Amino acid sequence: MISIENLSKQYGATTVVDAVSLAIERDSITVIVGTSGSGKSTLLRMINRLVEPTHGRVLIDGKDTAGEPAHLLRRRIGYALQGHGLFPHRTVAENIATVPRLLGWSKQRIGARVDELLTAFQMEAGEFRQKFPHQLSGGQQQRVGVARALAAEPSVLLMDEPFGALDPIIRAKAQEDLLAIQRRFGTTIVLVTHDMEEAFRLGKRVAVMSHGRVLQYDPPAMLLTRPADPLVARLTGIAHPALRLLSLMTAGEAAVPGASPGPTVAAAASLRDVLSELLWRGADSAAVVDADGRPCGCLTIEAILARGRAS
Amino acid sequence: MARAAALLRIAAAGLLAAFLLMPQRFAPLFAPLTQYGAPPIYDQGNLLDLALAQLGTVCCAAFASTIVAVGLGILVTRKSGAEFLPLSRTLVSFGQTFPPVAVLAVAVPLVGFGEKPTLIALFTYGLLPIFENTIVGLQICPPALLEAASGMGMSARQRFLSVELPLAMPLILEGVRLSLVINVGTATIGSTVAAKGLGEVIIAGLLSNNDAFILQGGLVTGLMAILLYDAISAVERRICRTARVD
Repeated sequence: MISIENLSKQYGATTVVDAVSLAIERDSITVIVGTSGSGKSTLLRMINRLVEPTHGRVLIDGKDTAGEPAHLLRRRIGYALQGHGLFPHRTVAENIATVPRLLGWSKQRIGARVDELLTAFQMEAGEFRQKFPHQLSGGQQQRVGVARALAAEPSVLLMDEPFGALDPIIRAKAQEDLLAIQRRFGTTIVLVTHDMEEAFRLGKRVAVMSHGRVLQYDPPAMLLTRPADPLVARLTGIAHPALRLLSLMTAGEAAVPGASPGPTVAAAASLRDVLSELLWRGADSAAVVDADGRPCGCLTIEAILARGRAS
Repeated sequence: MARAAALLRIAAAGLLAAFLLMPQRFAPLFAPLTQYGAPPIYDQGNLLDLALAQLGTVCCAAFASTIVAVGLGILVTRKSGAEFLPLSRTLVSFGQTFPPVAVLAVAVPLVGFGEKPTLIALFTYGLLPIFENTIVGLQICPPALLEAASGMGMSARQRFLSVELPLAMPLILEGVRLSLVINVGTATIGSTVAAKGLGEVIIAGLLSNNDAFILQGGLVTGLMAILLYDAISAVERRICRTARVD
């Protein structure tokens, strides 16, 4: 767990981050979202001390991060940034091996880890190991950037707008991959973005920042239904708050026992997608099936509508 | 196209080697340039020795220039050395604008005749291209890469050696190449202060009104410069084949 206690950063008379305290849960994705200039990136960089705080402290698993040299701390914390920052003069394998090399891992261990990560990111190891960054597509570069950040098996991964440079389709895929990777490696991820959709999609909890302060730190559904500040409501609910709320719940969670003659939907599908499907087909209810195709209940259109209400 | 260029280079190298190893074979070619039965091929010294001596002087000077200019370039691009940038720039530019002949005139009374004043003149003349290219090479390193390197946990020294320097290398080598090529030609003036080199041939030609000598000295110097340029380009491509920043 990461606890951020009363953390501030001042540059001269300007306060960029103002007395922020956050408890970040382990093994989950926490998103810090805000407009540009809200101090979100500075807050993230104070966790690995790329920016030294003016006041306050950061504890990782109860240990103050100020207690060790910054470059050693950073080897334990993964860091992925916008535009991936891959070293152009090094191959994909060498890029991924950056931190393990700094830590003095053996050659065999590094090689095995590189192959494992490339496979996890659906890149054929034999084909990609020796390629250079400029030979990859944007999406591949981004994946190598995340693989590099995860190489030394860090328990914490910091990501600064990691998908900012990707087009919408590759971006959606990258977000899905990140969720899968998080489940697979069980990493604690802190991700900074200005994109509210992305925050809702990825974050188990979302911190909304403005002018250096955290306005609200809650699960996405809470931000929608109980905004703590008018600005939060404005940021989260600009368009279709009800549909957004529905997109946070899956058919599996909402299904009730029973059968339905209507269309079949996957348990992992969001209620928003199910609603759209039912409207399109003119049906009143859907049969929900799990990943293996076994029926696990039904879902009526009224039940979905009830879940889209603010209270 | 590339193939034709490579063939041309091999032909030039072959021609140079043949001429330096057996200059008398080329006598009929140069004979029309001589008058009153003067020797068509320089006969007061071995052309190969002179060419190698000149090349040696140039390489020594370039080595010293590289060490000083790259070192200075690194120093002034660090945070701690930034305030020395204007001063270093002035000094190095002065070295380039001060004519090598004038350097020789100043250096001879201090260190005597021979190789030494020539080395000093070539050293000061060769600093600027290396120095400027080192600075530019180090300054254009994308900030995102520096942040990535620090964020991965590299110390300042590791970051410099494994990211900044390799990425600046193509430009630094380019500076060394420029400096070398300029100095191969400039080195001929060393013969005015008794340094061994092809300038001797040219001066002998001027003194005895023998155009064949002047042409020989000039051609060998020119070919050496061109071949050196190509050789370093090849090394550069080999080292930097991958260091592409996009």
